[in-house]
Amino acid sequence: MRTRALQASTYGTRLPGLPREPLTGRLIVVEGPDGSGRTTEVSLLRDWLEIQGHPVVESGLRRSTLVAEQIDRAKQGHTLGGTTLALFYAVDFADQLENKIIPALAAGSTVLADRYIYTLMARAIVRGASRAWAQRLYAFAVRPDLVIHLDAKPDILLHRSIGKYGSLDYWESGMDLCLSRDRFESFFLYQDRLRAEFEWMTPEYGFHRVDANRTPTQVHADVRAIVRDCYRGTLVDAPVPEAAPALLRARARKAAAG
Amino acid sequence: MAPESRSPVHGERGRLLVFEGLDGSGKSTQARLVSKWLVARGYRVFFTEWNSSELVSETIRRGKKKGLLTPTTFSLLHATDFADRFERHIFPPLRAGYLVICDRYSYTAFVRDAARGCDPDWVRSMYSFAPPPDKTFYFRVPVAVSLKRKLASRQKISYYEAGMDLGLADDVETSYERFQTRLKREYERSVGRDRFTVIDAARPVEEVHADLRREIRPLLDGFPTETRLTHADEGVAG
Repeated sequence: MRTRALQASTYGTRLPGLPREPLTGRLIVVEGPDGSGRTTEVSLLRDWLEIQGHPVVESGLRRSTLVAEQIDRAKQGHTLGGTTLALFYAVDFADQLENKIIPALAAGSTVLADRYIYTLMARAIVRGASRAWAQRLYAFAVRPDLVIHLDAKPDILLHRSIGKYGSLDYWESGMDLCLSRDRFESFFLYQDRLRAEFEWMTPEYGFHRVDANRTPTQVHADVRAIVRDCYRGTLVDAPVPEAAPALLRARARKAAAG
Repeated sequence: MAPESRSPVHGERGRLLVFEGLDGSGKSTQARLVSKWLVARGYRVFFTEWNSSELVSETIRRGKKKGLLTPTTFSLLHATDFADRFERHIFPPLRAGYLVICDRYSYTAFVRDAARGCDPDWVRSMYSFAPPPDKTFYFRVPVAVSLKRKLASRQKISYYEAGMDLGLADDVETSYERFQTRLKREYERSVGRDRFTVIDAARPVEEVHADLRREIRPLLDGFPTETRLTHADEGVAG
């Protein structure tokens, strides 16, 4: 079993007031914009890991009980400044980190994070924050064992978004940045900027880039290969039947609801 | 309007005057008096105080009930609140050329978060969006004076104000005193680093105020006034 001391496992800043339990679980982050297949990948990965006996706890953005509601409310009014909104997201993230991610890691679970600090940093930076400020702000985050970046061309993202929702989301198009009054044009400009930030972060944070312009099956095969390394041979690559993921997801939902 | 002069400290057209110190140090009283004086002298003044906004107090209430708040979330929550106040109320008048008077600024967060065990460098870098003030008055009082004034005001001391979350003592009053002692230590540490102008605030209010006027006058050299208020007689304008 591998263990890390909590205070030694962040990006440089201590987390005061938490129990000093070592972290024995693994933290795997899946990053990528809306339409990159992130959610599908997280659920396939979860099934695969759990079948092999690794309990998984999922985390995401804007799910904290502390401020998630208030962020939603504030966004409706579009009245918050860039710095304020960036810090608000940091509160939400810190709350989940301390109350969900760290306890799960201390208990030995694998935490699958559907996005992590990197999306939050990229969003803050394209809204005017400096890279140095964003990096320092999130220095309290626990360093993941793996970061998988599902990278897809904005063109593909556009088609997936239209196919799924029939329209482009205001925030995913970066309309608050006033890059263009035209939502499609704004979407491309915004996604390009986010992508540039992920490019810079890739060597800095050791991202594993996966080409997400392909089908979910192809993407998943690549992701498995990366995750397998992280578990160093303790994973049996039992072939999961094609139909199994859907079945398991249905059951997982029921369990979560009950 | 007189030729525009920019602050040598932060480069904006306005000037930023900050009042810091423990609860009960008299800084709020003086910040108000100074604002009145400057308005009477015809300056464009913007006064703002850092009391927790509804957003923060509501979240803190909720967090406390569920036992969710830690020094890190507490610190980030206050930074969010300050950023909102900064982006909405401090920076626009500062750019527009006002004398901005702040009853508490980022230094309050530095001392409070450090007292709670947060990494001081992390906290400072988080607040680096806030420019350094033209003048920061630190109201120095012994902790005993702060405590006496606080108790005399008969305001209820809140859980977090007393630092009860740190487990310093079981009763609110003792905890408050110990927490204020920690805050004072942090303030004293910042005096040199943050170029505080130290005000001996244990003296009578009028004496303290006279000191402040003396300190502020040189900052106003060449700073444009709007129309002088007609009823501002020389006594007030002193």
